[in-house]
Amino acid sequence: MATKTKKKAAPRVRVSNGHKGLAAHDHRLGASELRRIAEKIFKLSEADEMEVDVSAVTSALTRFANNTIHQNVAEQGITISVRAVVDGRTARASTNKTDEDSLRRVTAAALELAQVQPRNPDLLPMLGPQKLQKVARFNAKTATATPADRARAVTRVCKMADAKKQTTAGIFSTGLSEFALANSRGLFEYYEDTRAEFSVTMLEKDSSGWAKATSAKIDEIDADALAERASQKASDSREPKEIPAGHYVTILEPPAVLDLVGFLFYDFAGTCVLDQRSCFTGRMGKKLFGENISIWDDVYHPLQLGPPFDGEGLPRQRVRLVDRGIPVNLVYSRATAKKMKTKPTGHGFSLPSEDGEAPFNLVFSGGETSTDEMIRSTERGLLITRLWYIREVDPYKKVLTGMTRDGTFLVENGRVTGAVRNFRFNQSILEMLANVEMMGPAVRASGEESFDMVVPAMKVRDFHFTEVTKF
Amino acid sequence: MKHIANLAIEKALAHRATYADARVMDIRHRDISTKNGQVGRASEGESLGIGIRVIADGAWGFAATDRLAPQGIEACVADAIAIAKASALAKRHDVVLAPEQSFVDTWQNPFVKDPFRIPIETQIAVLLAADAEMRKVKGVTLAEGSMSFRKIDQLFVSSIGSSIHQVKMQSGAGIVATSFAGEEIQKRSYPNSFGGQHMLRGYELIEELDLVRHAPRIAEQCVALHSAEKCPEGKRTIILDSSQLGLQIHESIGHPIELDRVLGMEANFAGMSFLTLEKLNSLRYGSEIVNVVADARLDHGPGLGTFGYDDEGVPAQRTPIISNGLFTGYLTNRETAAAIGQSRSNGTMRTEGWNRLPIIRMTNISILPGDRRFEDLIADTDDGIYMETNRSWSIDDRRYHFQFSTEIGWEIKNGKRVRMIKTPSYSGITTEFWNSCDAICSREYWTLWGTPNCGKGQPMQTMGTGHGASPARFRNVKVGIASSD
Repeated sequence: MATKTKKKAAPRVRVSNGHKGLAAHDHRLGASELRRIAEKIFKLSEADEMEVDVSAVTSALTRFANNTIHQNVAEQGITISVRAVVDGRTARASTNKTDEDSLRRVTAAALELAQVQPRNPDLLPMLGPQKLQKVARFNAKTATATPADRARAVTRVCKMADAKKQTTAGIFSTGLSEFALANSRGLFEYYEDTRAEFSVTMLEKDSSGWAKATSAKIDEIDADALAERASQKASDSREPKEIPAGHYVTILEPPAVLDLVGFLFYDFAGTCVLDQRSCFTGRMGKKLFGENISIWDDVYHPLQLGPPFDGEGLPRQRVRLVDRGIPVNLVYSRATAKKMKTKPTGHGFSLPSEDGEAPFNLVFSGGETSTDEMIRSTERGLLITRLWYIREVDPYKKVLTGMTRDGTFLVENGRVTGAVRNFRFNQSILEMLANVEMMGPAVRASGEESFDMVVPAMKVRDFHFTEVTKF
Repeated sequence: MKHIANLAIEKALAHRATYADARVMDIRHRDISTKNGQVGRASEGESLGIGIRVIADGAWGFAATDRLAPQGIEACVADAIAIAKASALAKRHDVVLAPEQSFVDTWQNPFVKDPFRIPIETQIAVLLAADAEMRKVKGVTLAEGSMSFRKIDQLFVSSIGSSIHQVKMQSGAGIVATSFAGEEIQKRSYPNSFGGQHMLRGYELIEELDLVRHAPRIAEQCVALHSAEKCPEGKRTIILDSSQLGLQIHESIGHPIELDRVLGMEANFAGMSFLTLEKLNSLRYGSEIVNVVADARLDHGPGLGTFGYDDEGVPAQRTPIISNGLFTGYLTNRETAAAIGQSRSNGTMRTEGWNRLPIIRMTNISILPGDRRFEDLIADTDDGIYMETNRSWSIDDRRYHFQFSTEIGWEIKNGKRVRMIKTPSYSGITTEFWNSCDAICSREYWTLWGTPNCGKGQPMQTMGTGHGASPARFRNVKVGIASSD
């Protein structure tokens, strides 16, 4: 493969002396370089319309376990994805090779694939230039973080675990991504962001604790504080006792809420309702949740990440999905909106796609009650740190099953009285959101089952735990 | 490929790496899907790059790039070395690898028809024909189909002198009928849920699956499920079809035997395992008739876990995992084998692509066939439920407690299937469940299923794994808890 020529010649990796890691530098290709690649493809095209997505990623992840770094990786790559439209037909081909021959080949492949498709009656002409609201989600310090930066933070956490006679495991990752969308009607949109993520587990003989945070800004990641929190959870959850499964008043910390409500996101897609597989099919405009539940999709929220445009380049709109317990709006791609006789909201996937669209920036309204207040107000209930292996059991009742993990506590008479063995739950999320008694302020939460969202801690009545495991 | 990989090794050694390996991977894919009579997705793609793994200062470093000119390779090696030196900041001891021979070899899985040479319009036509058959059945509200093909051309080179070229061709397809009625969504899939069947084969697999012929049956069953009985609650005898048993093996045997998980390396994300080291060769994992192997050899079949060599250059092997019910083996790599005093890795290091570090992954984890005919198993069951095709699955982070539900079930009374059951579910504790197995069907009913979507690692890697199974019977299993109020 030939190498790419870069207008902005960022210095490539140099190894510094000693153990300081990579010299800090910015790996961005930049909007003009991504535009140049797209324009090269437009010149090669014989299709009626062409669309080019170019994404470039540089990321690194330091992984630790047993109080040492055991995996430590970095990657750098580019993907060029070309969509051709010919005579009402469309298809996509992609490559990571940027030499002239490869670009010619991927362009021809998209065209050839399109030509043999059946005509797509839902296909709309590509968009012209759009006016976008600016978002700033690139942080130079995150982009230039080095292996040594990550290793230093991890080393401190490992030493903390040693000092507390605990075992730690986790990750510290940093990275940047760039994305450009261009089409032959003159649309060109560019987005760049950075991401730092720290996730830590602390283990003792019969207990564990966990904490995690993500941000565009590495300075907002406090690895030591997260490790302290996980450590405290591990020591608080020693000697868990078994209590029977059943319906409990349950206080869910934000990551636990996130991983549950994350299963709702595609139900808000117009296509999902059109396909009659959304839990909102036949239920729009009806009171489903408590008065205290309002949900937005809002890519412009200060705690959110993501581009302000969708897979076709349409600007993303802020959409009120649930208003005081009533699902009031869905999100729509252009084609879905046309089919459902409404206006698109800028949430479409890249085409061609049978899935249509989805909201990826959910923001819950939240409340003002602290988790401590929720505990103080609880006569008997459970406090949940994190959930695990959540799967959908019933898509219309929206019953999910999964396990608690890394800190499950019994609350009695307004205080945490000890740890309990982990439970399996089978719980309808629709019922859960109708049973929310208290909420904390909405925060950017990170789990493992869903993408990050802005959600609050919740105190819920009658959460259904069905079985107990052995630890 | 070779000069790129060799350059990487040469440069790594020049940077005083004590070990280095490089994987150049050229991956090509084609994905097609249809929905309600229209093409949903039609795409092709290719991705070429190199992943370089080194040991320097006694610690691991890994870097990957798609910049394959000499200066790109040199920079990537420098990244890997710098990362290894950063890893060494927190090391407890130097990395030790179990010994392995060097190999110079080529390997390719056999296939009859190259799926990339079959016109895409032919493949779309098959999916649309199956789609039309499903939608002929009144009550089907959604008909979907998909095919995916992947060709992985890879070269592994290491500083111990290995140079291994492998080509893997993978094909898969499936269809799904969904029906919404009243307050209920039901679905039926063929030949398996979540993408169908996938194997290391060519387009002949898709032809053998004969999606169009099976479409009316699953569509009719899907609609009929609305009027089926709800799964009862309580303890029952259950019989699992081979695809569901394959997933049961995946979750409750395949993952807990990963030695990296046992040793705590996955504790933050995927979790750990109840199979702590003292249980090797002492735990009664299952009943006497349960025999499970990890087998990556082609002799076992062209599964998604079949290869010539793993991604650290160790030849494909067959490892007894459960032998007449006794727990006898973990999945290991060179580092973890050395850590527990074993003389050699059993060859399970696999990577999703050039940009990912190889980690311990399942190969083909299969239960060996028993001696029963399926018809006899049903006839021999007085009161039970036969469950078919997975619908949901969940297991705790040490792999003790699981809950599965399937798309469809049939109540068995006095040796006969008597009525359909909707969304049957069962749950239990892994070792109790496998010890309750009292019958396994014979080779005639055994299928090597492919699970194309197994997630593990940070950054997450998706891997295909194989699971051979035939229908089997389990006694005294808790059923129906998923739909309890």
